[in-house]
Amino acid sequence: MAYSEKVLDHYENPRNVGAFSKDDDGVGTGMVGAPACGDVMKLQIKVGKDGVIEDAKFKTYGCGSAIASSSLVTEWVKGKTVEQALEIKNTQIAEELALPPVKIHCSILAEDAIKAAVADYKKKHEG
Amino acid sequence: MLKFPIYLDYSATTPVDPRVAQAMIPWLTEHFGNPASRSHAYGWEAEKAVEDAREQVAALVNADPKEIVWTSGATESNNLAIKGAAQFYKGKGKHIITVKTEHKAVLDTFRELERQGFEATYLDVQENGLIDLAAFKDALRPDTILVSVMFVNNEIGVIQPIAEIGEICREKGITFHVDAAQATGKVEIDLQKLKVDLMSFSAHKTYGPKGIGALYVRRKPRARLEAQMHGGGHERGLRSGTLATHQIVGMGEAFRIAREEMAVENERVRMLRDRLLKGLQDIEATYVNGDLEQRVPHNLNISFAYVEGESMIMAVKDIAVSSGSACTSASLEPSYVLRALGRNDELAHSSIRFSIGRFTTEEEIDYTIDLMHKKIGKLRELSPLWEMVQEGVDLNTVQWAAH
Repeated sequence: MAYSEKVLDHYENPRNVGAFSKDDDGVGTGMVGAPACGDVMKLQIKVGKDGVIEDAKFKTYGCGSAIASSSLVTEWVKGKTVEQALEIKNTQIAEELALPPVKIHCSILAEDAIKAAVADYKKKHEG
Repeated sequence: MLKFPIYLDYSATTPVDPRVAQAMIPWLTEHFGNPASRSHAYGWEAEKAVEDAREQVAALVNADPKEIVWTSGATESNNLAIKGAAQFYKGKGKHIITVKTEHKAVLDTFRELERQGFEATYLDVQENGLIDLAAFKDALRPDTILVSVMFVNNEIGVIQPIAEIGEICREKGITFHVDAAQATGKVEIDLQKLKVDLMSFSAHKTYGPKGIGALYVRRKPRARLEAQMHGGGHERGLRSGTLATHQIVGMGEAFRIAREEMAVENERVRMLRDRLLKGLQDIEATYVNGDLEQRVPHNLNISFAYVEGESMIMAVKDIAVSSGSACTSASLEPSYVLRALGRNDELAHSSIRFSIGRFTTEEEIDYTIDLMHKKIGKLRELSPLWEMVQEGVDLNTVQWAAH
């Protein structure tokens, strides 16, 4: 399988690997995918009082494209408000990493991971 | 000096031994005659080379040279044996038996026979990859005409109980075929003792050239076959086609070397395999696929839990290995052999087949151990599954968001 240079770069040097405490009030955690499908992504965002994402971390079980997609979105969400983060689309991720058609699902999963992390954060801050 | 990628895929193919290559060359240029030419010295010398090689192949498996038929390789041998015997004996019955973990050259041939109206049974294996003799006996029917079981499995290296199966088949008058492509030079094969009727061989798994193989066809009691390739009546009508003298000479020389050196070589390979096994077992959550005792020393098939197959193959590009990956990611086919062992797919593991051979060094093994420690460590550092397991979560109880 021929990977793009950007995928290889994120795979070799993944950005923002790690975890925040799930119990932290400012942290939203999203976990998507299933081991049986070959991909599980965990994305965490740390949101400041002003609603801006200060930091992000990920862990991914999956192929090189899945690792690269999640690594990339941790970079992209930083500095965005949670609402702006929700505007990131899988097509942008796929285009940036030059994912082949069989790997588009990796970018969809990364978009889902953002949505899940934001939803978790919002749930903590409801009412 | 290490040469990259380090070759640990000897079960896929082996390099031609330099002694074999040397033996082959004169038969391409100076001695180019057709072994079937009876009217001049070019033909006579080629025929003698072919017959000498036939003796060398027969000697490795303690057979009569007259029982060896040249083919293009083990796939052709399997096709000739299975289709040839089934078609010859179809008046006697239509039931044929093989095993789920056989090579595709056997399984696909069985599927073709099913299309032709035969009824096939595909036996399960036990968790250790070996067939259960009681289950085998239960599968036999009064109309069973053919049984095909491989000697050594290509993915997990386990050795099937060929002697025992042979006894049962002979007693019932059922033709018994054995695919021995992965066995030559690795296990002792004595066809005077084994009650095997047909046995397939390949040269390129035993340091010979690709494109040449042989089928053993027993004379006493005589195994009967219908030819699949028709033409000039070569090989006593069982396999027509001009004999590839240089390839045949290469296979003969490769099998001669195997016979003379296998005892010493297997001990060295066993030492390397044990070193690799010990080094890899230091990595947490790894397990060996297939029985470790009833197994050739050349094979080590190991699963690494909580690591995804495709990313693992990317990570280990410094070594040339095969992935019998049990993952379900888009581009990697799950291994039907590992599935047949009853491995849990949900455990989300990936496996690697390391196969060791004549030119593997201790330095290469040590490099591989070190590489696997680093890469598996790195991928687990990245793995949310590994994190959950470390936190004591049972992955089977997690509700995964389906996608």
